[in-house]
Amino acid sequence: MTMNAFITGAYDTAVGKLPGSSCMGLHAEAALGALADAGLTVGEIDGVLCAYSFTEPHLMLASVFCEVLGIHPGTCLAIQAGGATACIMIMQAAALVASGQCQNVLVVTGDNRLSGLSRDGAVAALAEVGHPQFERPFGISVPAAYALVARRYMHEYGATSEQLAAIAVQHRTHALLHPKAQQRTPITVSDVLASKEIASPLRMLDCCLISDGGAAVIVSSKAAAAGTRHKAVEILGAGQGHTHEHIVAAPSLTDFGCKSSSATAFARAGVTAADIDVAEIYDSFTITLLVELESIGFFERGSAGIAAERGDLGIGGRLPCNTHGGLLSYAHSGAAGGMFHAVEAVHQLRGHAEARQVRDAKLAFVHGDGGILSAHCSLVLGVH
Amino acid sequence: MGRTGMGRPLPNPAAETRSFWEGCSEGELRYQTCEACGVVQITPRSVCSHCQSALLAWKRSSAVGTVLSFTTVHRAPTEAFRAMAPYTIVMVDMNEGFRLMVNCDRALLPTLAIGGRVRIGFEDVDGMKLPHAQALS
Ligand SMILES: [Zn+2]
Repeated sequence: MTMNAFITGAYDTAVGKLPGSSCMGLHAEAALGALADAGLTVGEIDGVLCAYSFTEPHLMLASVFCEVLGIHPGTCLAIQAGGATACIMIMQAAALVASGQCQNVLVVTGDNRLSGLSRDGAVAALAEVGHPQFERPFGISVPAAYALVARRYMHEYGATSEQLAAIAVQHRTHALLHPKAQQRTPITVSDVLASKEIASPLRMLDCCLISDGGAAVIVSSKAAAAGTRHKAVEILGAGQGHTHEHIVAAPSLTDFGCKSSSATAFARAGVTAADIDVAEIYDSFTITLLVELESIGFFERGSAGIAAERGDLGIGGRLPCNTHGGLLSYAHSGAAGGMFHAVEAVHQLRGHAEARQVRDAKLAFVHGDGGILSAHCSLVLGVH
Repeated sequence: MGRTGMGRPLPNPAAETRSFWEGCSEGELRYQTCEACGVVQITPRSVCSHCQSALLAWKRSSAVGTVLSFTTVHRAPTEAFRAMAPYTIVMVDMNEGFRLMVNCDRALLPTLAIGGRVRIGFEDVDGMKLPHAQALS
C-alpha cells in the first residue's frame, strides 16, 4: 500500500551543549541541511511545519521561522503534541503532499533547551503540563507521572528495575557507536541502579537527557521525489492514538494509545510488527519504551524487559531499537527529540548509519508519544 | 522559567470545580455524576465524558478508595516542592468510581501499597484545604 508521500531529505545538527546556539539558529541549520541533503532549493519548499520552543516560545513559531529564513510558503503552521509532535508533523506533511496541496513540505524542529534553559528550568517548565487543579498542587513532575506508570506496570506485569536498567544500558551501547551522541561514557546496570533517585522507582539514568539540537525532514510528493538526491524513503503507513492528557484521568496505567496508533499504521502499510527491521521508538524514560514495546506488540506483556536483558534490542538483535541512542543517550531537545528518531530511521533505511547500521534494513517503525503516554503517533517507513 | 522561584501552586477553582473545592473546605469530598447517563466523572468537568450532557450533579463521597499507584519524589519540579522533598504522590481510585491524585500522611508510608485501602482527609496548605491520603482506620 502507499500513502503517496516520501521523505526526500533529512538532517540532524550537532547535539548536546552547544554554547552560542539558539532555537531559530538550530531551525535554520536543520532546514538548510535537509534541503541540501535532498538537493532541493529554498524556492521549491511550498509547505512549512514547525513545532514549539521553550527558549523562544511564540504563538506562531512557523511564521517566525519563515520570517527568519526569508521564505513565503503557501502553507505554514505549527503543531504541538509534545513528544508525538515530530511523528504527527510527518503524518500531516504526508497528507499535504498526498492531497496535492503541497509538493515539498519542510518539517523542522529545534531548541537549545540545555544552554538556554538549564536542567532545573526545563524540569520546572515541563511540570506545567500537570493538571493545574488536580495534579500540580501535589508536586507532580513529568518523571513522577511516568514513575506512577512504572510502579503500576511493574506490579501488574513483573517488570523489574534491573530490566529497566538494561534498557538504559542498551541505549548507551548504541550511543557509543554514534560520533554525535551526547552521552558517550559506558554504563552498567549497577550504574543505573546506583544513580540518583528522581521519583521512585525511576532513577536519573532511567530519564532522558536535556539537550540543544535540531533536526528536519522534507516530505515530498511522488513527482517531486523523483528528482531528489537520495533513494526516497516511502511513508507506508501512519496512525495516531489519543486516550487522555493528564495521567490522573488516564483510562488505564498499563494500556495506552500506542496500541491503536501502531495498529492503524501497520494496517495502512500492510505489514505486521514482526516484519519491522529497525524500530526508533520514543524513550523519554526507560519505562516509556518498555510499555510501548509491549503495547505495540513487538513483545508479549511482561517480556520486553527480559528481551532487553537478553540483548534483543541491540544491533543484530531480534528488534534493533533506538540505534542512535535515543532520548536516553543520544539527545533530547524538545520536538527535535522525536525528530532524531525519524532522521535515524532515514539513515538506517538509506544504509548510511555506519557503525550502527542494521544489515538490510528495509522497513522501519518510528513512534512518538506526548504528555504522559497521552498522544501517540506511529509511522511505518520503507525503501524498496 | 520564572515559576521556579514561586510558591506551591494552589488550585484556582473554576465554574466546573468550585463545588469540589468548597466541599474540601467544609471537610466533605465531592464527585460528579451524570444525571443523563449515570456515569461517574473521573475528574470534575463541564460536560459528561460519556454522553456529553451538561447535567452533572455533585454527590458526597464515602472518602474511601484503593491505591492505584504511588511514587516518592526526590527531585522536585520547583523550589516550593524542593522544600518538601522527599514527598509521596498517590493515585487513588475512589469507591464511587472517580479518581484523585493526592499527597499522603507520613504515618501511611510504611503500609502504602498498590491495592491498599486509604481514607481521604484534608490538609491545610497555605489557607486552602487539599485532599490527602490517610490510613483507613
Ligand atoms: Zn452522561
